[in-house]
Parts: sequence; structure tokens; C-alpha cells
Amino acid sequence: MALKIYGLAMSTNTTRAMICLHEKEVDFELVPVNVFASEHKLPPFLNKNPFGLIPVLEDDDLTLFESRAITSYVAEKFKEIGPDLIRHKDIKEASLVKMWTEVESHYYDPAVSPIIYEYFVAPFQGQEPNKTVIETNMEKLKIVLDVYEAKLSTTKYLAGDFYSLADLSHISETHYFMQTPCASMINERIHVKAWWEDISSRPAFQKVVGGMTFGQNDQK
Amino acid sequence: MTTIKVHGSPLSTATMRVTATLYEKQIEFEFVDINLRNGDHKKEPFISLNPFGQVPAFEDGDLKLFESRAITQYIDHEYGDKGTKLTISDSKKKAIMGLWSEVESHHFDQVATKLVWELGFKPLFEIPLDTKIVEENEAKLDSILNVYEKRLSESKYLGGESFTLVDLHHLPCLHYLMKSQIKKLFESRPYVSAWVADITARPAWSKVIAMIPI
Repeated sequence: MALKIYGLAMSTNTTRAMICLHEKEVDFELVPVNVFASEHKLPPFLNKNPFGLIPVLEDDDLTLFESRAITSYVAEKFKEIGPDLIRHKDIKEASLVKMWTEVESHYYDPAVSPIIYEYFVAPFQGQEPNKTVIETNMEKLKIVLDVYEAKLSTTKYLAGDFYSLADLSHISETHYFMQTPCASMINERIHVKAWWEDISSRPAFQKVVGGMTFGQNDQK
Repeated sequence: MTTIKVHGSPLSTATMRVTATLYEKQIEFEFVDINLRNGDHKKEPFISLNPFGQVPAFEDGDLKLFESRAITQYIDHEYGDKGTKLTISDSKKKAIMGLWSEVESHHFDQVATKLVWELGFKPLFEIPLDTKIVEENEAKLDSILNVYEKRLSESKYLGGESFTLVDLHHLPCLHYLMKSQIKKLFESRPYVSAWVADITARPAWSKVIAMIPI
């Protein structure tokens, strides 16, 4: 039975999981969840994820939520196929992958997500982007990107000279971020920019990017 | 002689996560006390160990790491045969453990660290509380603990049937929260309450507490 991902094609967390599945060449079915009708906050979805969030992975009798737990599981289960995203043969490299995945989770994502929200989601609710929220998070992001610039001037990817789950975890949110006026923060840092162009050109990402739209291109 | 150094503060929740793991695995380590009040974590030589200027930082020989949960997982992986087994071998059960590890990291910790700052640290520094932050985060924690109560009614520990890093990662925030008004949220839930009592009574944890200066 094929794996199922319950989520949405434009969601950053759902696409994080899908990119990983594509890197590992795993067949899966995307089962759309109608978040606009609050399907994710009601049974039966709530029985799959009591926190009422997408995505959820089903692999036979295993149900998982939290996109980074899903990517860890997929990367581990299919570690012999495709790129070695978790460096399973080298404990030191594996620990560096985990460390930079934690950095994405605890530093990068919390700074980037509110900026994405203000530019993509707030307009749908008839609101102007909140300048204070944007500026505060740009300050936080500057610190993170300075660290990334320094690191990426010494290694090609975050955990070393190898593409890993740490880099993959950044792709979805960065894709939206690069469509905001704040994209210059990435473009003005040569090594971060080069890293972004590299990881976003990977075929696995190209397979999901087409679905990553809020319909913003339809707005005037 | 040990190859392991932990650079941190005994009061810091993230540092305590790492020392708890080392004590559980019964591994010797050197502790380098970083003076947070002096801002030593924002300067050299610490900054070279963690460019984000946060405790803890960790060294094992020539391996340098930061981010407490990456450090604890490394320790458990590298020293798997020592002390307490803090992970699960079966791949599907390990995936479930990984899920609850993310729950601690994304749901519990976001809320708990704000409450620990307000109720645990601000009084020490005589900074007034922000009651709005306390109320908001108390309400969020209440919802999260509803999920925990259900999970712990079905599973002895959060990650599975044995004590693992998932449970351990909660201990530092629990240490502060159980001394505050927030303890009622834990005590009012039978399964959560039993779990807290169990994991906080572990001998390795008492060694972490013993490091905190009075």
C-alpha cells in the first residue's frame, strides 16, 4: 500500500514532507485536507493528529505528524535510496545534520514564518502586512543569515560539503520568502544566495513547486 | 581523562538537557561554567563554539556541537551501550518517539520556556511579570496537556513504553514550572501527574539539580 500524506500542496510543512519523499523516490498519495472548512480541527482528522495540523503521514499501520518527524522517518527508512540525507554511516556527520536541522527549526523558521504570514496570509483576511512584525522578524533573521553566510563560506551546504535533511528543511519556507520584498536579505549574501539557488534547483523540489501557490499571482 | 566538555550554565534549561543525558549514560564530562550575567556567551571564546551565542555548547574530541537536542541525540547514538538506553530500536516505534520529540520541541517548549522566564527567572532578577504572557501561555499549555493526558493514558512514557530522550527533554522546564502556580495544570491530570512524578524522581536528574548553585 502506498504511503499517504494528508495535507495541502501549498503548505510549507506538507511540502517539506513531500520533497523528502521525492528525494527518496517513494511513491505516495497526497490526500487534500480542507483546512478552509476546518477539516483539520475535527474528527476523523483529529484522531490522526490531536494538534489538528497538517501534514500527517500514513504508512500501513503507522501514523505520524510533525513534518520534521516525518522527514526523519522517511530519510531513515529509505536511507539506501537516493541521496544520503542523514549521513547514517558517520555519527559525526549525522550529528551535524541534526544540529543544523535544529537551527532551521528553532531559529530560521520562527523568523521567516511570520514574514511569510504577513505577506501571503494577512491579505486574504483583508489586512495590510504588519510592518512591526515584519521588521522585528527581519532583525532576527539578519542574525541567522549572518551565521549562515559565515558557515556557507566554509562548506557547500549547512552540515558539510554534502546535501542533507538540514538543507531540505529550509526549502519550502524559503520559496515563499523569496517572493516577498525581504528576498534581498538572501540575495545580498553571496554564499547564502548560491546555496539557495542550488537547493531550490533540485528535481525533487521542482516536483512540488508547481502546487505552491496561494493564488497570489491571480491578485492584481 | 574525558574527551567531553559541556560549556553552559547549571541554571539553563538547555544545558540541563545535556547534563541529564550525560548522567543517565554515566559518562564523565568536564563542565565549563559560562557566566551569563557577564554576557560571556556572546563573546569569544564561547561564540566560536556557538555562533548563535546560546548555551550550551559541546565538545567531544574534535566534534563541536550546539543545540541541546542535537547534542543529546549524539550522546545517545555515540554511547549507545552505556548507562540508560534513551532511544527505541524498532523503526516504527522509533518514528513515534521522533514524533513526540518534535511535539516537545515545537508545542511544549515554545510555551514552557516563556512561562519559565516569567515565573522562574524574572522573580530572581526582580523584573516584574507580564501577566498577559503568563495567561496566554498558561491557556496554551492547558490545551497541550490535554493531548499529553490522552497520550499517557495509552503509553507509559511520552515516546513509548520506556523512558527516552523525549521525556528527558521535558525535565528542565518541569523543574521550574512545578515550583510555580503552573503546577496545578500538571497535578490536576492523573496520568500527566504520575509521569512527572516518575521522571523527576530519577537519580540522574537529582545530579543535574545538585549542580544548581543555591
